[in-house]
Amino acid sequence: MIANFFTNLFSIASFSIAEGLMWSLLAVGIFVTYRILDVADLTTEGSFPLGGAITAALIMSDLPPIVATIGAVFGGMLAGLVSGIIHTKLKIPALLAGIITMTGLYSINSRVMGKKPNQALLGKQTIFNFMDEFNFTSNTVVIIIGLVTVLLVIGLLYTFFRTEIGLSIISTGDNIEMSQANGINTDFTKILGYMIANGMIALSGSLIAQNNGYADISSGIGTIVIGLAAIIISEVLFSKQPLLYRMFSVVLGAIIYRFILALILELPIEANDNKFFSAVILVVALSFPLVQKKLQSNSKRQPKKRKGGVL
Amino acid sequence: MKTILSIKNLQHYFGKGTVDENHVLKGINLDIREGDFISIIGGNGAGKSTLLNSVAGSFPITSGSILLNGQDITKQNVMKRSDKISRVFQDPRMGTAVRLTVEENLAIAMKRGQSRGFSKGVKKQQRKFFKEQLATLGLGLENRLQTEIGLLSGGQRQAITLLMATIVRPELLLLDEHSAALDPKTSLLVMELTEKIISEQNLTAFMVTHNMEDAIRYGNRLIMLHQGQIVVDLANEEKNQLTVPDLLELFHKKSGSQVSDDSLLL
Repeated sequence: MIANFFTNLFSIASFSIAEGLMWSLLAVGIFVTYRILDVADLTTEGSFPLGGAITAALIMSDLPPIVATIGAVFGGMLAGLVSGIIHTKLKIPALLAGIITMTGLYSINSRVMGKKPNQALLGKQTIFNFMDEFNFTSNTVVIIIGLVTVLLVIGLLYTFFRTEIGLSIISTGDNIEMSQANGINTDFTKILGYMIANGMIALSGSLIAQNNGYADISSGIGTIVIGLAAIIISEVLFSKQPLLYRMFSVVLGAIIYRFILALILELPIEANDNKFFSAVILVVALSFPLVQKKLQSNSKRQPKKRKGGVL
Repeated sequence: MKTILSIKNLQHYFGKGTVDENHVLKGINLDIREGDFISIIGGNGAGKSTLLNSVAGSFPITSGSILLNGQDITKQNVMKRSDKISRVFQDPRMGTAVRLTVEENLAIAMKRGQSRGFSKGVKKQQRKFFKEQLATLGLGLENRLQTEIGLLSGGQRQAITLLMATIVRPELLLLDEHSAALDPKTSLLVMELTEKIISEQNLTAFMVTHNMEDAIRYGNRLIMLHQGQIVVDLANEEKNQLTVPDLLELFHKKSGSQVSDDSLLL
């Protein structure tokens, strides 16, 4: 009985790692807009299924899976470009700009998938067929490919954020007045941030569609919550860290989130209940720092804050 | 002497056409000459900050024109003007990016007026230069290149902002009550540093202050604003002989209204 429980737990864990790695690309993408640029970008819910849709369409027209995956990244970047332009050039608030693009993308995604709500990839090669000759379990393959992709993407992203343009993107999100005073074209840096984020989100959508064996037009629903949950979990657990560590901790956050969700799904609940639990997990994670503070101040009287000078 | 900045009949309204319409600047004409270090004083709502923001390009002005080295910059935004005009804000948190390190902030400032590319943000050979520059501030910051700005004090940040604003020589340096948010000791330190940098690099500067003593002590020219107009403009000898009571009397005479020391100071 106990042995059974542990085997079960082990399989849940390895499944969560595989799923979490694919979802972590979405989480790191949202991290770029939400934490680095300091905007909540709902384009996510459209660019995620767009990634899946483009990949499915390209695979169905017998293009190599790697091309189909890269195509998804470009599609996502294009979606980010649209949101970025709507936000910066037309001065529409970020939240609305995202909602507008997301809504428009629904129709585009439907067309990309040949006006069907979903597109099966039955009998087609996906990126996860690359290692067929090694006879790994499907879960191992997902972990290997997921890990390689995550390392590659984070490596690129980190190197990019250390360049002149990269620094100016961080500074734009940090202090827009200072950035403009130093000659940074903040419209450009914001648009670039949107593009990078949505490219990664579409990549996540592409990998997940290939792993599921189908692309689904409604797969974007709730993705923003999934991404935010991963970011918040990582911040609660690993506190403040330099950029590179933070990006990796978001990956861990995505895996932990998947693990918690997988445990919940072991309970006798319906498949569609998972979104409800996603929301609950996010609320718990978001309120955690507050609850922690309350508990601390109740358990012991906090010492009076020392008055500090301005310097 | 060459004119750096020329402001011609600058008018600015906030909320024009609404019930809250506020005519803040009422026809400002001002020539800033090369090497001028101007301090601007005036009571609350006199238009000091609006004037400085108009020069920086923070908002489109209602009417009038602004020329920099003879070139019309009236329609340019902050980013376009930034290659020639740099700025230190009142709030020490405003001038730096808190999540970036000291050297990253300086590297961003080094690129003011140039295009940014895919080369490394902070270059190895820059570090030595940054260290030398930070050492001139005398705050021991030369050993904290990799410290996040957010961990530094207000005075340290303001000193770094001053360095960032002058690390690439600006045609015009704007100082927006940049020592007002600091404690008296730090404020003095930042002001002394400001004067040192301006005289060493022979910069042209435009400083808004509400400290009359500072206005008299620093700079070669003093301008007083009242209700959106320049009421006093004194330079060199005339300015050097001023005392605070003189200034108050002058204000009373020019504006035709009683004014307490406080309302001008604040």
